[in-house]
Amino acid sequence: MVAAINEALHTAMRGDPDVIVLGEDVAGGGGRADQGIEEAWGGIMGATRGLLKAFGPARVRDTPISEMGFLGAAVGAAATGLRPVAELMFIDFIGVSLDPLLNQAAKLRYMFGGKVRVPLTVRTSVGAGLRSAAQHSQSLWNITTGIPGLKTVVPSTPADAKGLLLAAIRDDDPVVFCEPKSLMFVSGDVPEGDYVVPIGKANVVRAGSDVSLVGFGRTVQTALEAADALAREGTSAEVLDLRSLQPLDEEAILATLARTGRLVVVDEGTPRCGIASDVAALCVDRGFDLLNGPVKRVTAPHAPVPFSPVLEDAYMPTAARVIAAVHELG
Amino acid sequence: MDVYRQMRTIRVFEEKLSELVMAGKLAGFLHLYAGEEAVAVGVCAHLTDRDVVNSTHRGHGHCIAKGVDVGGMMAELFGRRTGICKGKGGSMHIADLDHGMLGANGIVGAGIPLTAGAALTAQVKQTGGVAVGFFGDGATNQGQFHEALNLAAVWKLPAVFVAENNGYGEATPMEFVTPVRDLAVRATSYGMRSAIADGMDFFDVYAKAGEAIAHARQGGGPTLLECKTYRYFGHYVGDPLTYRTKEEADDWIQNRDPLKRFAERVVREGLVEAGNLERIDREASERIEAAVRAAEQAPFPDPAELLTDVYVNR
Repeated sequence: MVAAINEALHTAMRGDPDVIVLGEDVAGGGGRADQGIEEAWGGIMGATRGLLKAFGPARVRDTPISEMGFLGAAVGAAATGLRPVAELMFIDFIGVSLDPLLNQAAKLRYMFGGKVRVPLTVRTSVGAGLRSAAQHSQSLWNITTGIPGLKTVVPSTPADAKGLLLAAIRDDDPVVFCEPKSLMFVSGDVPEGDYVVPIGKANVVRAGSDVSLVGFGRTVQTALEAADALAREGTSAEVLDLRSLQPLDEEAILATLARTGRLVVVDEGTPRCGIASDVAALCVDRGFDLLNGPVKRVTAPHAPVPFSPVLEDAYMPTAARVIAAVHELG
Repeated sequence: MDVYRQMRTIRVFEEKLSELVMAGKLAGFLHLYAGEEAVAVGVCAHLTDRDVVNSTHRGHGHCIAKGVDVGGMMAELFGRRTGICKGKGGSMHIADLDHGMLGANGIVGAGIPLTAGAALTAQVKQTGGVAVGFFGDGATNQGQFHEALNLAAVWKLPAVFVAENNGYGEATPMEFVTPVRDLAVRATSYGMRSAIADGMDFFDVYAKAGEAIAHARQGGGPTLLECKTYRYFGHYVGDPLTYRTKEEADDWIQNRDPLKRFAERVVREGLVEAGNLERIDREASERIEAAVRAAEQAPFPDPAELLTDVYVNR
């Protein structure tokens, strides 16, 4: 998935001179040819590797560890004619940098009566699974999804990562692009060239007729594993990948519910005021007549992410918990 | 005489707003710029539409100085469809990108990184433009100020950061919350150029802003320009002003008023006849009265506007 993201960034920057990349370590100390260091980190995951050499230091900028400052600058740059891709290394750091997203990027267009565009993309890594504990493992997409004016997307495959990132960069609204840490080193086929996946369209990744499993990011894989096991029991599960949390493809959720009458939503985030609750509310509000049972939510608990591998594994939604939820539906 | 016209327009605009609020004709929080006119006008006199300014909750003066239409501003404050932001922004969010006005801002300090961003655009796209951020003394205690100045200095951005030091952050005197008397010293830790101007003197602001803007335009990097000034109406319209003495306010208003000082100097030096200034005063008042009449008669937004412009592509 890292390579897919890297390819999308190269493609976007080649195609549009207004695209710039900034963030902590995005060049990572590269560009010191006098010391024999042309390429260095290229981002904590290596997703921005090669950009500095290809596009130069004016467009690929290491920032201070100063998230509020450089995200704010990215908003100002976006509002005045650039198309910045800012990297917020971990979404947990939104705690020291929320204002540029909450009160600036999300609201400028509305407050200014439609007279400005903020084509900003914030790439940020999300989720647990790398044993990095409570401040480097959160899935805070419920915060960004809940802010009108922002879009939030979460890819589940390398192909979607490339296609959704290109769509995000070219989108004229601010987009928070969540990169699930546990998927960053997953492999998969990625279409060549200028490949775009439209924002706001969910994807039926497995067709089924008995129960709908709705996930996004890493939990699509969880749902697919559960669907395999359920198939062996004779239960046909459909798996829907939301891909985008705002805009949310409500029609796709209601359509899968209409096909199966039963729905389990799987979210790596915490349960209160979260995406799973949001999807469940939608099903009850707009899809009540389609339901043959309660909507089940499989989420992380209302607790910080623990460090110990044993505890972290227990924290994250698993296929076994999804299967148990389906069994509860009878 | 354009600069005098602008300063007078700001003064009359703000006095009129105070009157309208007291008469119950305007809603919302209004933070008036009266007293600080020389700062906005002295700085913006060096700028054109390719240059971007960013402003604060006390933003009307910057808007007028940057060329934003006062009719559109007044209609905005009345919440009308004809407002510069279609009635969706109000006093604290007036913006007009056509004139390089990147918005007033309701969050103290938040405009400072946006200014750095606008300067980044100018640098990357090599537009030759500069970005100027205005903010108050209170904002210099915000993290956004320090982070943005650090970034602007390390990237040598074509920016000027104008600290309007009016001595108070809301109701709290500066010495209660800020351990230095001159905010300009804060530039030192960013290796940044700095200057201090008498914010009540147009000519001093004009000279020092001119140097800072020329420095930025030539690729020399940013400047922190502190302008010592005073807000006549206090923090907002209706401020009980219990935190300052009448003597203090009278001293600033009667002895240092930027319009009075400007007029006295240009007449004394024979640059202009007093009658011409009086004519400008009358024209400014008429212009504002006309803006109020037009705003009062303008239609309110259609309710369907509630959901437009949240996104470019929903």
